[in-house]
Amino acid sequence: MADAPVDITTLRRVLLVPEAGGFCAFEGWVRQTNDGRAVAGIDYSAFVPLARTEGQAIVQEAKQRFAICHATAMHRTGYLSVGETAVWIGVAAAHRDAAFSACRYIIDEIKQRVPIWKKEHYATGVTEWVPCHTR
Amino acid sequence: MLNIDLQYFAQLQDAAGRAHEIRTTSAPTAAALYDELRDVYSFALEPACMRVAINAAFSPWEQPLRDGDHVVFIPPVTGG
Repeated sequence: MADAPVDITTLRRVLLVPEAGGFCAFEGWVRQTNDGRAVAGIDYSAFVPLARTEGQAIVQEAKQRFAICHATAMHRTGYLSVGETAVWIGVAAAHRDAAFSACRYIIDEIKQRVPIWKKEHYATGVTEWVPCHTR
Repeated sequence: MLNIDLQYFAQLQDAAGRAHEIRTTSAPTAAALYDELRDVYSFALEPACMRVAINAAFSPWEQPLRDGDHVVFIPPVTGG
């Protein structure tokens, strides 16, 4: 959990292990529209202690389910403008199949389980909590 | 009576008008406490679409509360 932009190169470097032959990353960005409404930015809030333990549990699950060497995840809190990176997942594995699958697993579980909430700020000045995920 | 340390997030924080409070209650469980708070703050969210964290761990709604517990009701999450 990070309350300021994180250097992606630093996150990625942790995953560079000699056993790995493939690396897969997913980045979630703030998009300029949601449900047809123009978005200026998103304010992310989190229950940080639980978000951290739940995120670590998800990464551990991914390591047990898939043949990967290493995985890491980062999620932002605070106000992010369109184009900023809200979430970053990186997975290193011997082969690509496991890297892709684990990366997908981690982002899907984060979206379902980790106590993080987004309040969208629309271009009109209106703000609204996003009620639930539209996949 | 129990003193419960409550923290509010997202829609619940807006409805309660606060992020934190210590509340004295006779509610024996998190479920009963949420019912009590709905009367006070008119929370719109149904417990069926939420989870509850006691002392920063997801917990059953019917878990008995103890004096000094930290309770967070978790609205539907929307990270990512």
